[in-house]
Amino acid sequence: MIILRLKRTLKVPVEARCISQDIFEGKTVEDIRSLKVWEGNKVRKLGEIFEVEEKRGDNSTIRILGDLSKIRGIGYQMTHGRIIIEGNVGHRLGEELGGGEIIVHGDTGSWIGSSMKDGRIEIFGCTGDYIAAPYRGSMKGMRGGEIIVHGDVGDEAGGYMRGGLIVIDGCTGQFLGVHMKRGTILVKGSSEGRIGAEMVNGKIVVCGQVPSILPTFTFEDIKSSVKVDGEKIKGPFYRFIGDLTENGEGKLYISKAENPHLKFYERYL
Amino acid sequence: MDIFVEDGRIVDDVSGEAEVIDASGMIVMPGGVDIHTHIAGAEVNTGRLLRPEDHYLDVEVKTAITRSGVGRSIPSTFITGYRYARMGYTTAITPSMPPLLARHTHEELEDTPILDKAAFPLLGDSWFVLEYLRDDKIEECAAFVSWIMTATKGYAIKIVNPGGIESWGFGGNVRDIDDPVPYFNITPRDIIRGLCRVNKMLNLPHSIHIHTNNLGKPGNYITTLETMRCVEEFKEEDRPIIHVTHCQFSSFKGRDWSSLRSGSEEIAEYVNDHSHVSIDIGQVVFTDTTTMTADGPFQYILHQLSGNKWVNGDVETETGAGIVPFRYRRRSYVHAIQWSIGLELALLIRDPWRVFLTTDHPNAAPFTTYPRIISWLMSKKAREKIMDRINEKAKRRSLLGSIDREYTFFEIAIITRAGQSKVLGLRSKGHLGIGAEADISIYNINPKEVDPSRNYKDVRRAFERAKYTLKGGEIVVRDGEIVKSVDGRIFWVKPESSRYKINVTDELKRKFREYYTVEFENYMIPESYLINSSPIHVKAGV
Repeated sequence: MIILRLKRTLKVPVEARCISQDIFEGKTVEDIRSLKVWEGNKVRKLGEIFEVEEKRGDNSTIRILGDLSKIRGIGYQMTHGRIIIEGNVGHRLGEELGGGEIIVHGDTGSWIGSSMKDGRIEIFGCTGDYIAAPYRGSMKGMRGGEIIVHGDVGDEAGGYMRGGLIVIDGCTGQFLGVHMKRGTILVKGSSEGRIGAEMVNGKIVVCGQVPSILPTFTFEDIKSSVKVDGEKIKGPFYRFIGDLTENGEGKLYISKAENPHLKFYERYL
Repeated sequence: MDIFVEDGRIVDDVSGEAEVIDASGMIVMPGGVDIHTHIAGAEVNTGRLLRPEDHYLDVEVKTAITRSGVGRSIPSTFITGYRYARMGYTTAITPSMPPLLARHTHEELEDTPILDKAAFPLLGDSWFVLEYLRDDKIEECAAFVSWIMTATKGYAIKIVNPGGIESWGFGGNVRDIDDPVPYFNITPRDIIRGLCRVNKMLNLPHSIHIHTNNLGKPGNYITTLETMRCVEEFKEEDRPIIHVTHCQFSSFKGRDWSSLRSGSEEIAEYVNDHSHVSIDIGQVVFTDTTTMTADGPFQYILHQLSGNKWVNGDVETETGAGIVPFRYRRRSYVHAIQWSIGLELALLIRDPWRVFLTTDHPNAAPFTTYPRIISWLMSKKAREKIMDRINEKAKRRSLLGSIDREYTFFEIAIITRAGQSKVLGLRSKGHLGIGAEADISIYNINPKEVDPSRNYKDVRRAFERAKYTLKGGEIVVRDGEIVKSVDGRIFWVKPESSRYKINVTDELKRKFREYYTVEFENYMIPESYLINSSPIHVKAGV
């Protein structure tokens, strides 16, 4: 196991795409220390920012300790192995992740698991905006794998999603699953609304409250339960289909018990 | 054999001590010339705005000599210059400059280092041109075009979907070259013929440069043939009078996308038989790119086909534009046919002086793919390797398998530089004779030892990174790296004729006030606005 300990408080963002099992593999501690990172507009060695230590056994894990909220791009394009982060971490964690696992015991920045293809990201704190969503302008959303967030997430989670699963235990911001094409999002808390704007297909389940449903979704029926990744989630749920502006067939499942103000839809049954 | 360079020119001997470059066992060519590449201007910049994800893919960090930049399919200005120079190119022409937005285009061109540049103003849908031609005022039209060249610092007449962009303003398009333009009662045929005559009257160095009607629609090869035919009678002995650009997009046969076929045979046959036409291929490469043209209606179709985000633009009374990000896929039947058409055109047209290598950067692919295309043209084996991986149906219908021709290095030199400069009328470029500008590129590949047909990968590598590039006698690239950044010039045409002089009447000024958001006086770009202005004086013909 490689252990990285942050040496000092960071003032400017650090781009550390090199922290990945694929790159660390087969390298000595000395090699790892001399990997290149950008701190602001300066090139530095990883060893200048972290204390690098190697522990025998389990050589597929990287543990990182400290407040990494200025560090971006950890686990970029990683295909296997595991990264465990004890502390907060910055933007674009696990960008284009192809496999392996990233676990964060803390909060994260935005664009977590951006455009990821496979693998698993689990976050025990809260996250910023755009989780699983691609870089601005791009349409290549998350394609597979899963993201589990035990806290709250910001806006536009699951934007342009094309596959995979996102589970959020807490609450979400606005525009959950915007432009979604396929895949599943399960939210156990409440959402701030505008769910599934411009979605084409896919499934979004919200067990908590939502302020309203976009007018471009049609009310379909009431379901007693919904299956997410093989697991049965008890309802009942209002089911909506949309987004009609995109001729979409995406499905929204919204808890009936938590949203009495949506009861008026029932008269369209 | 030795080549001597002094004061930026090739001379027969140097006077004093000189730096010596040993290029033995290498290929020495004149600096590359690109006749059609969207590197600057309103639509390019809008494309940059539209595609942050394209910048994110490709970042170049600054060095002691070069500046930083971003962008893969639409690189920012500085790295555009560096990337061309690394491939041994020293001249690039941006072919669609809305006259109204010329100022911005020139500002961007000035920030594109190393390259010599020129821009073609779009005139095929300008209200002034349409009105003059409708009223049969050919001399007034010539005077107007002459004035536009001076006012916008343009180089040649560019025509994009003549009449079609104007119709697009009313939500329509022209169906063929005899379909009248709404409210103007003039057909694309009249516009093409009229501007071709104007081009002749003004004796401009390049021919008319045309993006045909119905571009990108199945069955459009008939329109393309009609377009080339309609100016047959104006033909000249010594040079082409019409340049059909990115001809691949204009050589589609078939009724719809599923029955799409290559029309390259018919086009090539016509071009082989008629010396008044030159074309550039607009070769597709399977990659992610950004399409941008002044042809708004075509881009609208592309947006509907791909479902991608898009921008539609309108430039007052002059032209329009559209931009759509696009990915050419090997497995797509249509894209594979398009890939095949480009190469078929290049291989079936016998005279390399009238068919040029372009990708219509960035429409069919970014210009950085040129070395790959060179390797396809030089090696049947390289082509077959791609053929094995393209759409099965497209492969069966492609003519490429039956074409054995492979380009020689001489022919590559013609289609990438000599032919292009000749058609452009750049007399001191595209050759290494005495008096030529010392724009020289040296590629580290020995034509006597390397068989390009088999070692196509070596060819590609050599053309990707020039061993040396000289611009105006100065070494700008060594071993594929920029070692010096110099400023290029901007060529523009200054017609000098008392006969075709615009009559600045109150009527003209009134029209400007009525049609435009700028006054007549502010429309012109003074020569002092260009840092490296290089006017070409032409005398009107009689």
